[in-house]
Amino acid sequence: MAHEHSNHPAHLHHHFVSSEQQFDAAKMGMWLFLVTEILLFSGLFVAYTVYRVWHPEVFAQSAELLSWRMGGLNTIVLLASSFTVALGIHFAQKDNKKALVINLVLTFLLALTFLVVKYFEYSSKFEHGIFPGANFAPHGISHGVDYAAYNVPFAAQFFSIYFVMTGIHGFHVLVGMGLFTWITIRAIRGDFSSEYYTPVEICGLYWHLVDIIWIFLFPLLYLI
Amino acid sequence: MGDSGSIWLPDAMSTFAGEVDALFWFVFWTSTVLFVAVIGVKIYFMIRYRRTDDTYVPEPVHESKRLEAAWIVLPTILTLIVFTWGFQVFLRISSAPPDSYDITVRAQQWSWEFEYAEGVTSFSELYVPVGRPIKLMMSSEDVLHSFFIPAFRVKMDIIPNRYTSVWFEVTEPGEYQIYCTEYCGTEHSGMLAQVIAVSEVDFAAWLVSQNQDLPPVELGERLFEQCAICHSTNGERLVGPSLDARFGTMRALADGSTVLFDEDYIRESIVNPAAKVAEGFQPIMPAGYSSMSAKELDGLVAYLKSLE
Amino acid sequence: MEMTEADTGSVNYLNHDRSIKSWLLTLDHKRIGIMYLIAVSLAFLAGGILAMLVRVELMAPGETIMSADAYNQTFTLHAVLMIFAFIIPAVPAVMGNFVLPLQLGAKDVAFPKLNLASFYIYLIGVAVAMSALIVGRVDGGWTFYTPYSTSIGNGILFVSAGVFIMGFSSILTGLNFIVTVHKMRAPGLTWNRLPLFVWSIYSTAIVQVLATPVIGITVLLLFLEKTLQIGIFDPALGGDPVLFQHFFWFYSHPAVYIMILPAFGIISDLMGTFSRHQVSGYKFVALSSVAIAFLGFLVWGHHMFVSGQSAVSSIVFSLITYLIGIPTGVKVINWVSTMYKGSVQFKTPMLYAIAFLFTFSIGGFTGILLGVLAIDIHLHDTYFVVAHFHYVMMGGNVIAALGGLHYWWPKMTGKMYNEVLGKIAAGLVFVGFNITFFPQFIMGAKGMPRRYYDYLPEFQGYHLLSTYGSWILGAGLFLIAFYLLASLFKGKKAGLNPWGSLTLEWTHTTTPPHPHNFIETPIVTRGAYDFHLAKHLFEKEGSEMSEVVTSPK
Repeated sequence: MAHEHSNHPAHLHHHFVSSEQQFDAAKMGMWLFLVTEILLFSGLFVAYTVYRVWHPEVFAQSAELLSWRMGGLNTIVLLASSFTVALGIHFAQKDNKKALVINLVLTFLLALTFLVVKYFEYSSKFEHGIFPGANFAPHGISHGVDYAAYNVPFAAQFFSIYFVMTGIHGFHVLVGMGLFTWITIRAIRGDFSSEYYTPVEICGLYWHLVDIIWIFLFPLLYLI
Repeated sequence: MGDSGSIWLPDAMSTFAGEVDALFWFVFWTSTVLFVAVIGVKIYFMIRYRRTDDTYVPEPVHESKRLEAAWIVLPTILTLIVFTWGFQVFLRISSAPPDSYDITVRAQQWSWEFEYAEGVTSFSELYVPVGRPIKLMMSSEDVLHSFFIPAFRVKMDIIPNRYTSVWFEVTEPGEYQIYCTEYCGTEHSGMLAQVIAVSEVDFAAWLVSQNQDLPPVELGERLFEQCAICHSTNGERLVGPSLDARFGTMRALADGSTVLFDEDYIRESIVNPAAKVAEGFQPIMPAGYSSMSAKELDGLVAYLKSLE
Repeated sequence: MEMTEADTGSVNYLNHDRSIKSWLLTLDHKRIGIMYLIAVSLAFLAGGILAMLVRVELMAPGETIMSADAYNQTFTLHAVLMIFAFIIPAVPAVMGNFVLPLQLGAKDVAFPKLNLASFYIYLIGVAVAMSALIVGRVDGGWTFYTPYSTSIGNGILFVSAGVFIMGFSSILTGLNFIVTVHKMRAPGLTWNRLPLFVWSIYSTAIVQVLATPVIGITVLLLFLEKTLQIGIFDPALGGDPVLFQHFFWFYSHPAVYIMILPAFGIISDLMGTFSRHQVSGYKFVALSSVAIAFLGFLVWGHHMFVSGQSAVSSIVFSLITYLIGIPTGVKVINWVSTMYKGSVQFKTPMLYAIAFLFTFSIGGFTGILLGVLAIDIHLHDTYFVVAHFHYVMMGGNVIAALGGLHYWWPKMTGKMYNEVLGKIAAGLVFVGFNITFFPQFIMGAKGMPRRYYDYLPEFQGYHLLSTYGSWILGAGLFLIAFYLLASLFKGKKAGLNPWGSLTLEWTHTTTPPHPHNFIETPIVTRGAYDFHLAKHLFEKEGSEMSEVVTSPK
């Protein structure tokens, strides 16, 4: 096509006039995407609120079965990862490739830690028959807690909502790990510089959202 | 508006139906006048300003603020009138008078059961006295249904695990159609019933006649009204197999085997309909009928036995 | 330099690369728009055939051509196809894709790769939803009310997964358009100069982005309700079926605006262009679309006046419903008064705009009837609602979309269709549509419930009339398909600006457009309907009007 702009940098797509326009567009697109994510979760928060208002005692009681220690640990892990990803963007702006890669890898590892903790949490629930929905049948005793005593009407709804919310959130963490793998490879390849670091910035935005959603999930499910 | 009334709406047969209709006609005629005005102006503009000179470029029209304001204010006033009016009638429809006569309505795929305060039940026919407020307490045994009587202008969804209610006061004796208006499966459109509105005296007499212990065959015949939506007794093929003169014969099943049509088979087919499915039919009979009492089952067996 | 006839025949987006691969992997918004056009047309054809089957079955009470189960699945599939696979993507994804960047003076949408991805996500979504046909029965309409929807076979899993996936496509398209409108406008193209089609697609995109995630989570919960029995909606497990209705309508009412707002844009463009006149109340029409997009989120409960929700909620929802009704009504008046002191030309696209004003007004007024609490109790879930819905969706969206298709067809294909056949078909569609759906208002008011396979004999006359109407309507639609396809082979070559429009896709590029839309970025100096500032374009009778300044290199 007879349509060459010799002065275009490599990362600039032909249909944009300037890098600035491209960066602004990408950032706005990402913000809009985050809005849709919030709305997706808002449906679950509504379901949570409705059932909590209808059955406050059941929800308060059921929450006792969730380990606030593990939840708290995961909160710290995610907050730390938000910090490392912010550092990553900072170093991208400073053209510090090594520090950028280190921080991206750290973020990835923290995300992995989160999922490992989640795995142990889930399996300790499954062990005692706490499954989402119709299979909900708590039984057994551990740490002096008699699980069977928690088998009351609408406890199943609490755990359904717990599993769906944390499950979808966990899926987002998994997607985040994929994204960080991708931009780490690109960072090692030297794609990013202070001139162009849009993907890092955008993945960072995504990751902050994943973090923020957890900040809401943790107290709602584990603490109150 | 008398004549057009019969074109658009069924005859108004409950105490508040006339109020709903008055509101309907107010909105209808206001809308019609506005619609005709808009379309009239449209057609006038189409003719008056049709293009005759291909090179002519009209100047923009100075928009009149006053006219624009009128377009907004006039419809706003109209809709506020309509809203307030509709709201008042709605409140009247929503709140049953305290001295209402209560009837329990149970809906299930695809039949209606009406239980009266005196312990009498009826199927497919809802007997009510004229001139007395009736309140229906409704619940569903399975999925969502909706209770609709066009002549009374009432409708309400019926939900499992929860009671909803409607009330009405019939103004004239007669038979009025009941529909289910929330989709509920294969025979949704067959889930019909009739209101039989009679005088207070006739209603009391009907209740007494229903309260006597019926012989099993007659009890079965009455119970069978709820089965008749899917099963004929004259050989006609409906959603389910016809049940005429079957007793004591061998019947083919969907799995290729055969079964003797006897008391046990009838009983099993009611209590656990999916166990033996007749050849050529789908296993779609709801399991809700398993809650029938032993006496009712006996009645149905006796009735089917009696069909020759 | 004036564009010459020879130039218009030179390189364009259709002929610069003809390989199949260059189509399937294209990032060009115009080609993606054309691929969407083919896909949604097929969905419309399939949904239309199902509609005809429904109408034939209803010609007489009892079984006419199919069993109750077959009928229940037929109308369900008709609804799912028409709503999720046709109407929601139709105008935004076809005409939005093709026209929006051109009207903005942009080379493409902001994210071309995402745009192509949206298309394939849409196809996957349709495929997944349709595979329900193989798995088992799906009936009960497009609303999937629990607990019925979870009590039937596993087909519902595929439909809900398909709707979820199509939702993604819709979100990504909306997101793409919002960013495009914000960031990609040509120099001089201020918000006040935007064509109203852009405004309407922009409003639509807002709804797509804000509402679709909610249906996403709703169908996801429905999916989990069916697979894991999570007990959120199923009363047998302690769930609440009315909660599902709230979730569902929180999306599906705004979705109605996804379906109708783009139509408003097309009608505005058509009324302005064919009246050669400023669209009356431009700012009102533009901003009220955005306002409707937001207000649309606050009225979902008006679908639930008889669902058992509290009386207070019903009253509030009824009131807000009117707040939306008023600006919509004022728009109709604006469109009519656009013709006032204009120069009105009745080409085929304009006939659809004229028809729209008629059918959409009926849809609007009957909507007012349905919004009145006491009246809705009687009319809810009857054929009155079916008729109202079709008057808004088909009489609104589809008629406008047909107008838009006839308006942009020369730009898309470079060919003119047969104008006489076009006018005949527009007449058939208009007459057929009204005969099909108007009797449904009457039988609904008389009490005929919707989703009924069988009905009482007293309604047969209306049903018969409705079925005959559907044949006229069908004939009109087939005629359109025939002459449009014929125009590809035998059609007269389209000029640069056959309608005398003032928006950039007609004035600043070739027909069909150049692969990169514009040779040079256009500089906009007037509003989309400032015909009086462009008199020089219309000086010579019958001349091709264009301001294309440079020829391709």
